[in-house]
Amino acid sequence: MTVKQISVFVENRPSTLASFAKVLAENGIDIRALSISETRDFGILRIIVDDSYKTACVLKDAGYVCSITPVLAAELTDEPGSLYKILDILSRHDINLEYTYAFITRKKDVAYMIIRVEDNEKAADILAENGVRLVSQEELHLK
Amino acid sequence: MGNYFQPEIECASPEQIRSWQDERLVKTVRHVYQNVPYYRSLMEKKGITPEDIRSVDDLHKLPFLTKDDLRDAYPYGLLAMPLSDCVRIQSTSGTTGRRVVAFYTQHDIDLWDECCARAIVAAGGTKEDVVHVCYGYGLFTGGPGLNGGSHKVGSLTLPMSSGNTERQIQFMVDLGSTILCCTPSYAAYLAESIHERGLRDKIKLRAGIFGAEAWSEEMRRDIQDKLGIKAYDIYGLTEISGPGVSFECSEQTGMHINEDHFIAEIINPETGEVLPDGEKGELVFTSISKEAFPLLRYRTRDICVLSRKKCSCGRTHVKMSKPMGRSDDMLIIKGVNVFPSQIETVLLNKGYPANYQIVVTRVNNSDKLEVQVEMTPEMFSDSLGEISGREKELVDALKAMLGIYADVHLVAPKTITRSEGKAVRVIDKRKLY
Repeated sequence: MTVKQISVFVENRPSTLASFAKVLAENGIDIRALSISETRDFGILRIIVDDSYKTACVLKDAGYVCSITPVLAAELTDEPGSLYKILDILSRHDINLEYTYAFITRKKDVAYMIIRVEDNEKAADILAENGVRLVSQEELHLK
Repeated sequence: MGNYFQPEIECASPEQIRSWQDERLVKTVRHVYQNVPYYRSLMEKKGITPEDIRSVDDLHKLPFLTKDDLRDAYPYGLLAMPLSDCVRIQSTSGTTGRRVVAFYTQHDIDLWDECCARAIVAAGGTKEDVVHVCYGYGLFTGGPGLNGGSHKVGSLTLPMSSGNTERQIQFMVDLGSTILCCTPSYAAYLAESIHERGLRDKIKLRAGIFGAEAWSEEMRRDIQDKLGIKAYDIYGLTEISGPGVSFECSEQTGMHINEDHFIAEIINPETGEVLPDGEKGELVFTSISKEAFPLLRYRTRDICVLSRKKCSCGRTHVKMSKPMGRSDDMLIIKGVNVFPSQIETVLLNKGYPANYQIVVTRVNNSDKLEVQVEMTPEMFSDSLGEISGREKELVDALKAMLGIYADVHLVAPKTITRSEGKAVRVIDKRKLY
């Protein structure tokens, strides 16, 4: 079970993020999570939204280069130690984490962690075997 | 001001110079017609034979030669002597696809060295001087040219080559260099470094001979003030021999062309029509003394003006202005010839679209080349490392092609300026001309 993340190329200079957010705002796109990694010149902006397909179309029309990447979304209890629990499982199984970011939703006491690994299937199986619940796109957007 | 290496030539009467030119031109035309099939066919196409060229007045009848001809004829197509009589090869700084090789017999090297010796003596050089050459040595003509000239003068020559500023300054201080030869931007950089180290009082420099790239009068003043020297310009190109085709004298108002070896013309770059002295146009050279690689009416693409005004230094050879621009799109960056098409080739080979922009700036007197490339869906990846890796690959490929470092910037699609639908490929922010 994977979640669709949209990765977008943005230049690392003033106002690029604002123009990007404007496009989403004008198209009524709801952002669930956002993360940015940057170099000196550019960055990759990663978002989880309610309608990935529409968002990708809107961004392409606005001239952005973007791609849809399947990532894992793991549910964890919003308490100390739960991040370690997941990372420890991945580490014991020698799975390299390319990047990760976490967010909370309206659902009480629960946080979500986006996990990007090379082999989604393998990581999903290992996490499930170790009692970590992975969630679907729909569940992330429940209000 | 009696600083001449060969006064009888440098101060010869215009009639004398003209008679040398007439005689040598006729001889050279015959030489290439007999020995270079490429030339013979060019002349045949124009319907002329060596008999049609009886003096400099007939020069305009000859076909032009361009860099394209030199590339077509690479490597031996324009060679006018048996290879066994050649002793040296030099090459232009441009690389793949644009490389031009020039051949020299010992006679050709000697005349080139003499031209450089004239430049050194015009800058006040004598056998008492220590000539510090930090032009690159190798295929590039800068180092070998000034090195040879310095030997002819009998000066103590320091063949430093380029780079390693620490060592340059150390030798300058320890060995008492008096004449510095390098690119003007490196001279400015050295001046800066010498100042920073508080070594201005420890150096004995009194003159500099700077060429291979364009530089402004402001830059000249800056270098002169910082180093306490007189800075002289020198001009040349590998195709014609190397540095020393022309050089500045004490008047510093243009460079005397060594007219006993090179005939200069100014043409309209559009029509090829010869323009009178004093008019601005493209500089064309005919080398009339060379054996291995004489070129007739070679278009330099440099835009400048010739002046026959009497010079206070006593030299009678015509003076050319500093180049004021180019009639093609060639850029000279850090003394290296760069064509936008070379950059385009690298991008296309690496699978990038031809949406790019070249930005050239001069920061702290040093040229910087930046290549902006628009991101495409094909190049994009969710991994920062992967994109950076591709960027690095592009930097390496550009370095291999151009011989200099280019800073690659990936920019968002459709952000590169387009005027009237056509992309602006080159933005040169340096104030060179």
